[in-house]
Amino acid sequence: MSLLQAFLAIVRRDLVLAFRRRSEIANPLLFFILIITLFPLGVGAQPKLLQAIAPGIIWVSALLAAMLSLDGLFRSDFDDGSLELLLLSPYPTSVLVLGKITAHWLVTGLPLLLIAPLLALLLGISERALGTLLLTLLLGTPVLSLIGAIGVALTVGLRRGGMLMSLLVLPLYVPVLIFASSAVDMATAGLPVSAQINIMVSILLLALVLTPWPAATALKMSIN
Amino acid sequence: MKTGALCFSGTNLSCIRDDRVLFEQLNFTLQQGQALLLEGKNGSGKTSLLRILCGFRLPDSGSLSWCGADINGSEFYEHMAYVGHLDGFKKELTVLENLKVVKALNQPGRFSIEQSLEKLQLAGYDDVLVQALSAGQKRRLSIVRLLMTASALWILDEPFTSLDRQGIALTETLMTEHCANGGMIILTSHHDLNLSGVDLQRINLS
Repeated sequence: MSLLQAFLAIVRRDLVLAFRRRSEIANPLLFFILIITLFPLGVGAQPKLLQAIAPGIIWVSALLAAMLSLDGLFRSDFDDGSLELLLLSPYPTSVLVLGKITAHWLVTGLPLLLIAPLLALLLGISERALGTLLLTLLLGTPVLSLIGAIGVALTVGLRRGGMLMSLLVLPLYVPVLIFASSAVDMATAGLPVSAQINIMVSILLLALVLTPWPAATALKMSIN
Repeated sequence: MKTGALCFSGTNLSCIRDDRVLFEQLNFTLQQGQALLLEGKNGSGKTSLLRILCGFRLPDSGSLSWCGADINGSEFYEHMAYVGHLDGFKKELTVLENLKVVKALNQPGRFSIEQSLEKLQLAGYDDVLVQALSAGQKRRLSIVRLLMTASALWILDEPFTSLDRQGIALTETLMTEHCANGGMIILTSHHDLNLSGVDLQRINLS
């Protein structure tokens, strides 16, 4: 019971912090909106082309927005010493790290999901594919936060770890990108998407179980 | 404080940093009611040793044991608290919000949040943002953290930094009380310690 309390205390603390430093929520979301609104301008008056590449655009933007927000996951905790206190807690670090990842997703992933229908409309994604797009974002964005946490945990001790983190994390994001945009493509064509969705559910479940532990171990290495 | 003898010991510890041997063959045993003061000039490895004792760094040789078992397999982390150079408080949160997180992450101790704040003369600061506190007040808040968690072993890195004279006296009183109640303290300090009645060991690293 108290482990649950510790988990919730971490989630609550990070949500309050995000609310007090609003730019942390606003930055990735603004970035996401900006890229997507620039595409129609760049592609020109070709609605068919735009519609065809729309799933890719939305997913690549979501991926970049997630990368942009990752650095904030452990940075301030590392700088002010609260990461040390997290590691010294008698509760399993992986559970507390999962709390931080949960808060990170609520702050950076969930807003993308909420704004996505509007942007999908802008790009001309068909109505029947909209549900699938939202479902892939719901399943995929938590995976971005979970996998990203390992990369950030490994590089938080380095002064300029941003580039290294991108190199570590991007290859692991590729399966999510492939299956998610393929699902939206299939849905646009009116084909069944259950295979892609099933794979995304399994990726999410695997990431949920497998990522907090290595992230916690990486944090222990970074702190020394 | 839990009954039953607690004991923290290190055997043959050594630390090498950038090809420089900071210390080697270091041994200590700390029983309940005892304190250990680490002395040495700047850069002699006091903080490195404390970080090894916390488990942040692995010693380059030697081992640490808590009540006879290796610290990683034991209940060590349920019994220890650390105050380092960084205070570990979120400056955008209020004092009370920070302390509630501390409470959720650790075993509740002898004093409640309010009692601990009162003991460090910070009563009434509950709703103040931590960034509005002075350096000395933040240091006092770190000591509040020790009082409100159930930790027998305090590991303190320069606990008197930026405290005023009265704050130092207060902290020393609390430390003496902690040892009298069966606690243990490991600390570094450049200040002349005044812990009357405490069994104080000294290790000089330089």
